[in-house]
Amino acid sequence: MTTRAEPIGGPLDTPLTRMLAGLFGLAMLAIAWRLIAGLGATTALNDGYPLGLWIAFDVVTGTALACGGYAIALLVYILNKGRYHPLVRPAMLTSALGYSLAGVGVLLDVGRWWLIWKVPVYFWHWNFNSALLEIALCIMSYVVVLWIELSPALLETFVDSTILPLRRVARRLPPVIERASPFIIALGLLLPTMHQSSLGTLMLLAGSRLHPLWRTPLLPLLFLITCLSMGFAVVVFESAFSSVAFKRRPETQMLARLATAIVPLQLAVVVLRLADLWWRGSLEPLLAGDARSALALVEFALFLAPIAMLWPAAGRRDLGRLVGAAIVMMFAGALYRFDTYLVAFTPGEHWSYFPSMAEMTITVGLVASEVLAYIVIVKRFPILSGRSGSPMAEREKPAAES
Amino acid sequence: MALSRRAALKGLAAAGMAVAGVRPAQAVTLPVRQTDALGLLYDATLCIGCKTCMVACNEANSLPADTSGSPAKLYHKPIDLSEKAKTVIKLYAQDGEQAFVKAQCLHCVDPACTSACMLGALKKREFGIVTYDPDLCVGCRYCEVACPFNVPKFEWSSAAPKIVKCELCRERLAAGKEPACTEVCPRHAVIFGKRTDLLDEAHRRLHDTPDRYVPKVYGETDAGGTQVLYLSHVPFEKVGFPALGDEPAPSLARSIQHGIYRGFIAPLALYAALGAVIYRNRRADDNPR
Repeated sequence: MTTRAEPIGGPLDTPLTRMLAGLFGLAMLAIAWRLIAGLGATTALNDGYPLGLWIAFDVVTGTALACGGYAIALLVYILNKGRYHPLVRPAMLTSALGYSLAGVGVLLDVGRWWLIWKVPVYFWHWNFNSALLEIALCIMSYVVVLWIELSPALLETFVDSTILPLRRVARRLPPVIERASPFIIALGLLLPTMHQSSLGTLMLLAGSRLHPLWRTPLLPLLFLITCLSMGFAVVVFESAFSSVAFKRRPETQMLARLATAIVPLQLAVVVLRLADLWWRGSLEPLLAGDARSALALVEFALFLAPIAMLWPAAGRRDLGRLVGAAIVMMFAGALYRFDTYLVAFTPGEHWSYFPSMAEMTITVGLVASEVLAYIVIVKRFPILSGRSGSPMAEREKPAAES
Repeated sequence: MALSRRAALKGLAAAGMAVAGVRPAQAVTLPVRQTDALGLLYDATLCIGCKTCMVACNEANSLPADTSGSPAKLYHKPIDLSEKAKTVIKLYAQDGEQAFVKAQCLHCVDPACTSACMLGALKKREFGIVTYDPDLCVGCRYCEVACPFNVPKFEWSSAAPKIVKCELCRERLAAGKEPACTEVCPRHAVIFGKRTDLLDEAHRRLHDTPDRYVPKVYGETDAGGTQVLYLSHVPFEKVGFPALGDEPAPSLARSIQHGIYRGFIAPLALYAALGAVIYRNRRADDNPR
């Protein structure tokens, strides 16, 4: 069942990595500008739309896309599906990177960023009514947990390091983490359950200013389900991407099983939302024919499309189709979350928001840095398991039985 | 007319007296007894739209002029509440009806902004005034999302921004003065006092001259009640007051948050269950058969 994870190797200096580094460099310039000139000069944010691209995309959508680690850990450690074990490390890596970058996004978004250390430290001021406080504390802790979970994989590289302290840490720390792993993994499951649902609760406070198509007490549940569906979809996508990009055998069968497992989640979102709209008598705005109703309908279509794509058995055997379904799944959850934070928010007619160049440059640059870090780490550290040379049957058969 | 000054003195005295035995207003424990709460009463039928209050407000709060509504930058003319305007007199003129309305923080009895604020930078303190402490504010702007009246504003122009909102001139109150806006209002369209007295006064006006008014005091029960109260001759929804119902704005989000996290029992139980399952699964893996 267990195939050893190994570094992919290969050059780090490629046209792709250069382009990604360039995008990140541009973002650094924009970040410097934002920190010096302030939010008003650099962003399109305003008093009507105080939350914009960085929160709606980098944080609310980005952390859901970074829920691969959460989703796969749930599958492997709780549902005991050991056959998915090879997907754990790469999923943890994307989660750690995604959450860390969401943290950077928050740091840039808050106006008084130099005071943010007070949030975890000033516990006697904690306001337990604030969903945002819970989210902030959970995300901060979760970033730490993710890197701890990932550290044995990174430290493996240094067990024979010539630098003595590094070698010591690399040899002594992983066994400690291994012993504590039930506590750490459980924390790594609890924290996203808490903050991903609270991301839904957060917008409930907007009350009447949240459009009825998105305003529901089910928001916490819907946000929890979408972070899982998106997390699984990312694992499928990333796995397929790695196999193509690094010329490895795709684990089509495993991915097909995983993708099919997402279908009930997608269906649940649609059923819950429609039932809730009907229950609250808010089905009418869905057919209002305005931009918001159109977007809500697009969301529903995106949630349902992957089900149709994966329906025929042939579709599930075709890697291209699997990846297509996974991408649609990611988009479905992403659009739903993005809409809940931006499109559904109705502060009044005289307010408008469209992200500025600096906001977009920073978001693009941060995503580029994430992809860059992923490439560098899988090339130098043992993250991906199974090599292109190894026969496929050897991996697939016993895995199916576990 | 005399109400404003009399009520101010009474309100200030109440701080020292700390009268006991007053019933709490609602199920939620509020930091201020209703009888201690200070506020304003704005009567749209009296306001002539002179905007003296706006000028006085900026002077009292050392705010620069907001010329965003004046292309030649000649006047303090904000288009809405802003980082440079804690109060704005807005004009409603449609369908042959006309009314001025004073936009500012309503100092909710149970505010959404304080519910949102992570470290309590926005908090109801003395006299129920919703106050701001920049030392506890990280600038997340969740208060702006939460406030149903769109009140808290952010210093977008600054690299060290703060939240800007009416704090009922709490520094002037401490110095024994009334808020700047009520002090200068030539028509006493906005008056200052204890919330209970202001409510009595509002109902007295509704009772004495019912033809002048829409029969409602906005803020008496709306959104759980506000300490700034309104009388108007034009329906409130027309002059920009949202119909919020009588539930406090943060009650739904709060009941969900508290329902899930009551005593932190559910998260702890979930943690224990997850840990147990992981431990069992790992044992099974380590010792197959």
